[in-house]
Amino acid sequence: MNAWLTPGEWSVVALSLRVSVAAVVLTLPLAYALAWLLARRRFPGRLLLDALVHMPLVLPPVVTGWMLLLLFGRNGPIGAWLDTNFGVTLVFHWTGAALAAAVMALPLMVRAMRLSIEAVDRRLVDAARTLGARPGRAFLTITLPLSAPGIAAGAMLGFARSLGEFGATITFASNIAGQTRTLPLAIYTGLQLPGGEALVTRLSIVSVILSVAALVVSELLVRRSGGSRAHVL
Amino acid sequence: MFFDVALAHRIGDRAIELAFVSDARLTALVGPSGAGKTTVLNCIAGLIRPDSGRIAVEGKVLFDSARHVDLPPERRRAGYVFQDGRLFSHLRVSANLAYGERLAPPGDRWIGREEVIALFGIGHLLNRMPATLSGGEAKRVAIGRALLAAPRFLLLDEPFGSLDAPRAEEILQLVERIRDELEIPVLLVSHSGAEVERLADKVVTLA
Repeated sequence: MNAWLTPGEWSVVALSLRVSVAAVVLTLPLAYALAWLLARRRFPGRLLLDALVHMPLVLPPVVTGWMLLLLFGRNGPIGAWLDTNFGVTLVFHWTGAALAAAVMALPLMVRAMRLSIEAVDRRLVDAARTLGARPGRAFLTITLPLSAPGIAAGAMLGFARSLGEFGATITFASNIAGQTRTLPLAIYTGLQLPGGEALVTRLSIVSVILSVAALVVSELLVRRSGGSRAHVL
Repeated sequence: MFFDVALAHRIGDRAIELAFVSDARLTALVGPSGAGKTTVLNCIAGLIRPDSGRIAVEGKVLFDSARHVDLPPERRRAGYVFQDGRLFSHLRVSANLAYGERLAPPGDRWIGREEVIALFGIGHLLNRMPATLSGGEAKRVAIGRALLAAPRFLLLDEPFGSLDAPRAEEILQLVERIRDELEIPVLLVSHSGAEVERLADKVVTLA
């Protein structure tokens, strides 16, 4: 296996996994909270929030990356604040690639989770309340476990989307070997090099294997937790 | 007075208005379908907020629109047996039974798990998932779950509906035993005249 990929290519794979895992883990609680809000609450500005969450799905990724640059770049309001207060710079750094992947994955994660929360029978929550459960406990014991297949599905979709993220990443975090050059960026770079076909082929095969593995693992997880009727796909 | 209820509620173009007091151990609420019998139970349990009125059970005010009293469901302590059972589909029968029992203050519990299991004959079902239960079995578990939450009163919504005759008779006998052996006021919604006549000490009609 070690002979199959060069050390440099292995580090690309490792970086991609690190970026995608970080993106999904960081986004998961936020995505679930947004999904719950959109599924269960009626409030002013709900439509606006819905549109905002879904924007990365419909915008050209380059535009999303440019907007991230405006906000999180060194001179952007959030970026400057992070820099002066915590010395954190996202641009040109793997955490920036993770942020770009997270923003692009968010709509897919919210959609999957929202559907599963909407499918939870509210009358079961009512039943829990009459049995003495406060709203928070009813949520933790009824809504959360019953929507678990949606959480797994959302996490998988987000992970697969993060692995494939290209446009927003290269615009916002740039294409720096060892920091932000994830699989798609490395493949793109390889295409520019004379004699890069072998590298492109190998990294593409790795991409396919990782994406299919993510699908299979999440499908198995969902089947185990949700019985035979539950599916991710 | 066990039940002291006066409420008005409007859903769309349907208006529900009902006032009754009862100190019968088992009060039956009857009326044509669509009259809002289940809505009345939901109002008493705290799942629906009536437009106006006052609801008190055994002297404790649960809702009073004039004095802005509106206890949340978990503080009303209603043992609500829903028409559709509503067992938690992701929990085994044993966990369904334990759900409310665990949340009830120990000092308020007046019936134990062993007693409920024996009374309802559900010992052999404890490890089953709700989806595998028959209608009669699910109904018995649902009533047991409600009793274990240490309720101050019981609300039974059509407990004999959707069961075949022998199963319905079984549940009927259980309700009779609850009425005669347990110290708890019961409000029963039913559309069957024979069952109401056999069980109820007082009948309230919702027009």
